[in-house]
Amino acid sequence: MAKYIVKRFLMMIATIFIISTLTFFLMHSLPGSPFDEERTSNPTIQANLEKFYKLDQPIGVQYVYYLKSIVTFDFGPSIKKPNDTVNNLLARGFPISFELGIITMLVAVVSGIILGTFAALRHNGIIDYFAMAFAVVGISVPNFVLATLLIQQVAVNWELLPTATWSSPLHMILPTLALATGPTAIIARLTRASMLEVLTQDYIKMARAKGLSPVRIVVRHALRNALMPVVTIMGTMLAGILTGTFVIEQIFAIPGMGKYFVESINNRDYPVIMGSTVFYSAFLVFMLFLVDMVYGFLDPRIKLHKKEGEV
Amino acid sequence: MVSKDHRITIPDEWFKPKKKAEKVAEAVVRPSLSYWKDAWRRIRKNKLAMGGLVFLILLTLCAIFGPILSPHSVTGLDLPNQNKAPSSTHWFGTDEMGRDVFTRTWYGARISLFVGVMAALIDFFIGIIYGGISGYKGGRTDTVMMRIIEILYGLPHLLVVILLMVVMGPSLTTIIIALTITGWVGMARIVRGQVLQIKNYEFVTASKSFGAKTSRIIRTNLLPNTMGPIIVQMTLTVPSAIFAEAFLSFLGLGIQAPFASWGVMASDALPVITSGYWWRLFFPAFFISMTMFAFNVLGDGMQDALDPKLRG
Repeated sequence: MAKYIVKRFLMMIATIFIISTLTFFLMHSLPGSPFDEERTSNPTIQANLEKFYKLDQPIGVQYVYYLKSIVTFDFGPSIKKPNDTVNNLLARGFPISFELGIITMLVAVVSGIILGTFAALRHNGIIDYFAMAFAVVGISVPNFVLATLLIQQVAVNWELLPTATWSSPLHMILPTLALATGPTAIIARLTRASMLEVLTQDYIKMARAKGLSPVRIVVRHALRNALMPVVTIMGTMLAGILTGTFVIEQIFAIPGMGKYFVESINNRDYPVIMGSTVFYSAFLVFMLFLVDMVYGFLDPRIKLHKKEGEV
Repeated sequence: MVSKDHRITIPDEWFKPKKKAEKVAEAVVRPSLSYWKDAWRRIRKNKLAMGGLVFLILLTLCAIFGPILSPHSVTGLDLPNQNKAPSSTHWFGTDEMGRDVFTRTWYGARISLFVGVMAALIDFFIGIIYGGISGYKGGRTDTVMMRIIEILYGLPHLLVVILLMVVMGPSLTTIIIALTITGWVGMARIVRGQVLQIKNYEFVTASKSFGAKTSRIIRTNLLPNTMGPIIVQMTLTVPSAIFAEAFLSFLGLGIQAPFASWGVMASDALPVITSGYWWRLFFPAFFISMTMFAFNVLGDGMQDALDPKLRG
């Protein structure tokens, strides 16, 4: 197990290193400098600006500075908002995005598992058909479409909930709903499929034969084993949800990281793009690492599996 | 029939030709079904999947002929007719430039289908080559190739795509490049898993013992038998590529004005959604959702039809 943890940890570092390097060289392969638009007539100002952002140095030196900034977690100042550092933007925006992401994740996991379990228990019954219809629709409707529909119907036509921003629990309902529907559908499908498989296993028959209560059989014996595939996709799902927040934050005018990220893309604010890409990637890769650890902890078979060099 | 010295003697009548009646009795009455015929028979019974297939065929036809047959052009401005509701001249209404939403919807279908199908095809070729080599060679080659895949798999897909779009500039080609640069990983993993499993089967050993070359074994033994899961994966790649294109266009990184894609149309409609111009969001949103729905149910249906384990 220790060997597995170390191996996965090294993989994580390698992934972060690759995405950072990729980000750096991609950004520097762009023609022109970020100051081209505001072409100052004064060459001294231009030179000072370039010096301030270390753009006058050779690319190798800039790369070393860049790696240092990642290790020390200091991404330097923004180009378009010189009084703001990338760290400040992250500190302001990320907690809100994180909150949106985590609430969405919780809603999706809990309701997805409940829906999937009941669908499997009532296989080919009404609940099953309803759950699967919901699942296919949930996967098919893009979150930004759902978000606009929700605003139009619930907020504008029925005036039940506020249309935008992130200021109270009531404000959080619509964005969470828009973002959570897709993942809920995926988890419900996955839970249903693996639950159906688990329910035919011998140990479930055994538990029934012992006369255990149906609730206990489902919760302790079936669900525990059926949830393994759900745990596996949690990492990539969180990645999907966090990138999904970019769009949802735009639509609901939520002042999260997505807003700054999209802004920085439109302004070509390279330090912000680089900083937030690296930060988000590192965060997601770390989450994948955590999920793998939890998985290894939950499923003792993983040790044997990984030794064979299987993926 | 076994004699004392353990020799087996076969009675002479066993060597006599069979009577005609016996032969007829043993003949296979029903036509034998190949793997693909059987899969087709199965999927034809799946109403939802067939519905998806029919929808996609109709959509493809509309995408090809819609913009040609429509009297309005995709980019043609008609400023006096801004934001007109659906009518007999503009079936799906017009947008804020007076452009015909009907024509733009089918033009958007072209973009979405093209992006989806191209992404799936490129993933397919890279995935088959990479996964095939990795799975077939095995050993250290496989280990190294899989490490690379594991690292790539950890990259947040959509972030990389956004980054590439920023660097390469928004266009149709860059969307496809950005989507496939990380997208082939899933396909490669599936191909490798399949090849690993199949290469140890007896018919591959038989081929080898007859002296078949590696390329022949891969072509005639491995690839046809891995096709089922690969096709399912391709069918499911298409909707995710369509979603990604819409997502990027929505963020302003996709197809650029005045050309239309469903994501661009939905994004343009967003600021005016409260003004009651429902048709501007409804048509692109409806067709994105329906297309993804159709591909998803078709992929699910194919999975059920092609997976030998699920045969009843």
